[in-house]
Amino acid sequence: MQSTANPQLTSARWPSDRPTVEVHGLIAKYGARTVLNGVDVSVMPGEIHVILGGSGCGKSTLLKHMIGLYQQAGGDVSLLGVDLKAADEPERNAVLGRVGMLFQAGALLNGLSVRDNVALPIVERSELPRVVVDEMVRMKLDLVDLADKMDLMPPALSGGMKKRAALARAIATDPWVLFCDEPGAGLDPISMAALDSLLLNLRDRFGMSMVVVTHELPSIARIADRVTMLDQGKVIAQGPLREVQETDHPLVHAFFARKETEQDAMDAQLNVWRALGGSEPGAQS
Amino acid sequence: MQLPSHLTVETVAALKRPDLSGEMPLVVDLSTVEHIDSAGVAWLALVARQAKEAGKTLHVEGARPEIERTLAMFPALPSYVRHVPPVPSMTARLGGQVEGAVNMLTAFALLCADAAWFTLMTIAGRFRVRPGLLAYEMAAMGSRALGVVGLIAFLVGATMGLQSAAQLRRFGADIFVVDLIVVSLLRELGPLMAAIVVAGRTGAATAAELGTMVVTEEVDALRTMGLHPVRLLVVPKVIAITIVQPLLTIFANALGILGGFLVAAAYLNVSPDSFIQRTIEIVVFKDIFTGLIKSVVFAWLIVLLGAHYGLTTRGGADAVGRSTTSSVVAGIFAVVVADAFASLIFYFGG
Repeated sequence: MQSTANPQLTSARWPSDRPTVEVHGLIAKYGARTVLNGVDVSVMPGEIHVILGGSGCGKSTLLKHMIGLYQQAGGDVSLLGVDLKAADEPERNAVLGRVGMLFQAGALLNGLSVRDNVALPIVERSELPRVVVDEMVRMKLDLVDLADKMDLMPPALSGGMKKRAALARAIATDPWVLFCDEPGAGLDPISMAALDSLLLNLRDRFGMSMVVVTHELPSIARIADRVTMLDQGKVIAQGPLREVQETDHPLVHAFFARKETEQDAMDAQLNVWRALGGSEPGAQS
Repeated sequence: MQLPSHLTVETVAALKRPDLSGEMPLVVDLSTVEHIDSAGVAWLALVARQAKEAGKTLHVEGARPEIERTLAMFPALPSYVRHVPPVPSMTARLGGQVEGAVNMLTAFALLCADAAWFTLMTIAGRFRVRPGLLAYEMAAMGSRALGVVGLIAFLVGATMGLQSAAQLRRFGADIFVVDLIVVSLLRELGPLMAAIVVAGRTGAATAAELGTMVVTEEVDALRTMGLHPVRLLVVPKVIAITIVQPLLTIFANALGILGGFLVAAAYLNVSPDSFIQRTIEIVVFKDIFTGLIKSVVFAWLIVLLGAHYGLTTRGGADAVGRSTTSSVVAGIFAVVVADAFASLIFYFGG
């Protein structure tokens, strides 16, 4: 680990009373278009914080600002006590050595085997002997039940396996904060539930903070300690899951009562289909 | 105006443009419409836009519930206003293009600086290159290009020999075919041909590989691990091409001269011994050296332009295609321009 101005980054654990991620008044823009407008989020150690909202509401953008992939147009973003926008290279590297990110499609490097993908952050960030690195890799892949697939190349893996291998890579350096961008996307309900229990295990065993972007209701119910709901770039509800579910904001209500809403949408679609003069989908002619 | 019961793709084409000269507001009565499809909705949108441009508002009345639901599928419609971005003036367009070019050059200069720094640090031993990666890159860039580079160089050398043979024979200056072929290949054509082949292969491959990695968030994944993509992805290519390109150029020179030698032996009065003797007489170290120096500069331009277009890819698969094409065009252009500058420098510099 490189030297850093923040001594807490070199200690064994992040203090339990300090937020790992703090976002205040975040403004994010793509060109002239404002995507996030005055967003506040705070994540405590050991907390699974779920960010939810409809497509295009700015969830992934918020996540990528938190981890420093994008630079904010306004407001403050602090990750492990460091403002990544103002941090110098060693400090930025020290922070990134303490975080992991699970991308939506895994983002495994296709030119490397599963073993080398998981080993990459360890090899590049430490001077550990290769045998130790290999043992660490085996342990992480064991956690995600992929130890027998470590010599395969990513294209040979199924979608769920890719995601689990990517999770093994994200936790390779024992991060204090784990960011997950739609971890359940494209997974069947059983794989999704398995991934959720893995996240819960990681949180319980290692005390990781997690920021999870998802709109899978079963997943939210299983893992969320606190949630932030976005709409059109603004926070419309925030707090413990139970409290947010009871909020009377119509969008929040519609989101958590999605079973009915989905049915409404199907009915509406059917009506449009009829209005367009077509026969009902699936109807025998 | 009277609308048909089916406002659909079959009937819309025959509809007349409504009269916009009457009293405001313009009213479209949909009470007779039983079915509407997206062509019908598009016709309504068009009428709304024309009405707006004529300073009128459009009222839609009498739509049945199912028609309303179809209209509601298109969220932009209820306001009957479609945003048409203003066409920028010629000055603004020119300014935008200049700004784009400046931004591109700045980004390319920063990439070159990053690549130079990380390459030097890697050579100095501060950073490592993954074992086997350098050999893999050198094989991909070098040994797999030998066939095409050799064939092109051989054919160009033979063609030069044939073209010059007819002229030189008229003056009884057959032996000077050696000067023409050897000097032009060593100084110009050898490095240039090898570079153009490499721009088509390695430049395109670099842009496509890195562009795909950007699109699939692999580059973002590296950044979140605190790993600099230029150090991990570009530096091995820069080191590999620096080693491989001079070797490819020497190979191109040798095959080009061989082509010329065979033509000279077959069609001119130049014996193999005379060809070799004349080659030894005329070749000076500077010819070989300048050609090899140029080949390294060309190689850096090709790989760095490929990396630039790859890493600045934004979008999906089509964007990767555009980056790949741009990298090849820019690579060949940069090589030709650099060759012209290098020729001037070496000509006037003695």
